[in-house]
Amino acid sequence: MLTINVNGTDRTVDAEADTPLLWVLRDIIGLTGTKYGCGAALCGACTVHLDGQPVRACVTPASAVGTAKVVTIEGLSSDRSHPVQRAWIELDVPQCGYCQSGQIMSATALLAQTPKPTDADIDAAMAGNLCRCGTYQRIRAAIHRAAEIMGEKS
Amino acid sequence: MSALPASLVTRRDVLKAGAAGAGLVLAISLAGCSKPGAGAVSGERRQFATNAWLRIGTDDSITFLCDRSEMGQGVYTALPTLLAEELEIDPHRLTIEFAPVGDAYKNAAIGAQVTGGSTSVRDAWTKLRTAGAQAREMLKAAAAKEWDTAASACRVENGEIISPYGKRLRYGAVAAAAASMPVPAKVELKDPQKFRWIGTAMPRLDTPAKVDGSATYGIDVRLPGMLHAALAQPPMVGGKVKTLDDSAAKAMPGVRQIVTTSSGVAVVADTWWQARKARDALKIDWDGSASAGLNDGSILRGLRQASAKAGIVARTTGDAETALKSAARVVRAEYELPLLAHATLEPQVCTADVRADGCDIYVPTQSQAVAQAAAAAAGLKPAQVDVHTTFLGGGFGRRIDVDFIPAAVEASKAVGKPVKLLWTREDDTTHDVYRPPAYDTVAGGFDRDGKLIAWKLHLTGPSITARVFPGVVPAGAVDPFAVEAAANYPYDVPNVLVDWVPHDIGLNVGYWRSVSHSLNCFVAESFMDELALAAGQDPAAFRRSLLAKQPRYLEVLEVALRRAGYDKPSPGRHFGVAAMEGYDTYMAQVAEISLAGGKIKVEKIICALDCGRTVNPGIVTAQVESSILFGLSAALWGEINVQAGRVQQSNFHDYRLVRMNEVPKIETYQVSSDAPPGGIGEPATALVAPAVCNAIFAATRRRLRSLPIARHKLA
Repeated sequence: MLTINVNGTDRTVDAEADTPLLWVLRDIIGLTGTKYGCGAALCGACTVHLDGQPVRACVTPASAVGTAKVVTIEGLSSDRSHPVQRAWIELDVPQCGYCQSGQIMSATALLAQTPKPTDADIDAAMAGNLCRCGTYQRIRAAIHRAAEIMGEKS
Repeated sequence: MSALPASLVTRRDVLKAGAAGAGLVLAISLAGCSKPGAGAVSGERRQFATNAWLRIGTDDSITFLCDRSEMGQGVYTALPTLLAEELEIDPHRLTIEFAPVGDAYKNAAIGAQVTGGSTSVRDAWTKLRTAGAQAREMLKAAAAKEWDTAASACRVENGEIISPYGKRLRYGAVAAAAASMPVPAKVELKDPQKFRWIGTAMPRLDTPAKVDGSATYGIDVRLPGMLHAALAQPPMVGGKVKTLDDSAAKAMPGVRQIVTTSSGVAVVADTWWQARKARDALKIDWDGSASAGLNDGSILRGLRQASAKAGIVARTTGDAETALKSAARVVRAEYELPLLAHATLEPQVCTADVRADGCDIYVPTQSQAVAQAAAAAAGLKPAQVDVHTTFLGGGFGRRIDVDFIPAAVEASKAVGKPVKLLWTREDDTTHDVYRPPAYDTVAGGFDRDGKLIAWKLHLTGPSITARVFPGVVPAGAVDPFAVEAAANYPYDVPNVLVDWVPHDIGLNVGYWRSVSHSLNCFVAESFMDELALAAGQDPAAFRRSLLAKQPRYLEVLEVALRRAGYDKPSPGRHFGVAAMEGYDTYMAQVAEISLAGGKIKVEKIICALDCGRTVNPGIVTAQVESSILFGLSAALWGEINVQAGRVQQSNFHDYRLVRMNEVPKIETYQVSSDAPPGGIGEPATALVAPAVCNAIFAATRRRLRSLPIARHKLA
């Protein structure tokens, strides 16, 4: 038995120690917004936050999470009101949408660290997230837009 | 159960009532989600179908049944927009569900219920507007009857019917009566000048669910009691299990059963991680003798040998052979293209629930009826299989194939529970249905005055259609999906010959975004630059001189050149041009590259297009950007290699795709046009490689006649 804090709630799950966090989230807890794409930290579709840091859940053993707080796409907001989600909607970013949970989690982590990212900052922070539909141009614009929205709020 | 939208779990009941005709389709609330047919529940409503795509509820809910698969290309928005425009209702008010298998949902452009070939809008353009207009007239007729007035005197606006005296009725209030009205044979469609939503960059209807993790893809399906499966497939083409030792796997945590299926050994467990670990613990000795001699070299040799044969003629104008013999100067070249994988980000997946009385499959598919037949192969009648289409985590043609479905059905049948069978990324890369390779020879002949008088393209490659839809292309006939961007050679040359030698390569090939356009446009448009060089002309000027009779080509070419600033490249920058018509869309691209340290950098791609009338120009632009990056990944690095029958690539470290930091600036210019709609999901893919390689020639004087560019150490 393993207890992890996901989106603010402690969850006790029955999983072998080497089970990646991704499969605990998806198959045991039932949070399917976090996706499987490669299983090897190559595509970023499984990106979640551990204490605010973006990690690839497909290669993070659930037993290594410890007391760190896990936030998934479902925990970002209850009503798509996070500035990054708002920007994504405003710019109609997704196509197939499969990678977008991971893209959004990487972008929110970037903006938490770097409120006004440059294009180079975006390149560095987002290069680990593949989008097979090639929505990169809109993702870049949406990150800049989210930075604006966050700036307006503060 | 909670993870499944109501539409997925209750579709059966709708189906049974016959979604394809008018009438009452559903007599009980879906929202309450108690047992269907269990009598009154809170929120009870009745839904009525005015046609196969539309259900109107007494509670004023309006449901659109989307009969094409949403894989990013935007049908979930574009198709309801067409119907809603004529129904005079904001598309955002519609609830969208994916349609079941049904004759009404056949794609007339293909002859089957398939999402592919960039046909969705072209097929639906008149059909769905007509359906919307018919429903509008039936609603008007029902309201007019209630008011005892003439339907022609009524009008509709924002989901209401309005009488000549200003009385109003909501659509829901007359839904029942409207569904029993005769379907008008002839309806008037709106004047395009009066379109409110068609032609606007209206926000996509699927965006909200795709930014909060709630959109249900195939991988996200969850059913009560569902188990998970991983599949051990033969690591080599045509491999067979010689011996299987599953003792270690069976003893592993969570493992329920090991099932030998028609496509490999499935491990069924409580979670997918458990299934996958146990799969890796299977000890299987494979018989790989069937493909031991299959490798890159043997495939290319086979193509070259087949190329010596006479081809099946796909296009002949004048007499190219004779003209080439009499030409003052002939330029010849050979081109070669590699196998490619689709690499949808969602690996192949299917959930099957086989019971004594039938089977439900929940699947991201581009081909519902074929999926139904594939599931039925496990000992059922097709009518016993209900197909529930989820969102697709990418399609690109991969999901026209149904090879991932039978194993899920067989596993569910064996364990007597719903089973979700998911491939790993490595399974997906090594068991794709690949974009075919090609070996092509091409020749151009000039007369004494330097005029291009002959052009001949001799194509050799496998037929995709012969494999996927056996019997559809008669022996000795051309597979139309082999000669695209070739048979429609647009340049004004008096003698043109395009022929094709079909040659099976012993490996499954499939429809890959833009299909043979991606092969033939590279050859035709690269060779245009070779001919321009031979003629001593600028490549753009050379094309322009041969397109005088092709105004739509010419216009997009001029726009692209002007927007690129083609006449004045910045220092260190080099341009390459390509033009093509595909899917009734005319397109030109200009690639702008630079060189640093012996490697090229694609700085910018300018794309101008005329795709006729557009439903949603925002989605058109998105599809162009998407296709360009799809084509760019392939042009720079895309290559599947085979050794001893085994695909060598496995994951994104060795099947490289463009990342954020590698994206060129992309500019898209849509030429306004009132021609019928053209397809836009695919064509831009095909122009990237020739445009970039033409720019490479401009920069280096090196002509690349094979791909990927990385093979030439330039990327």
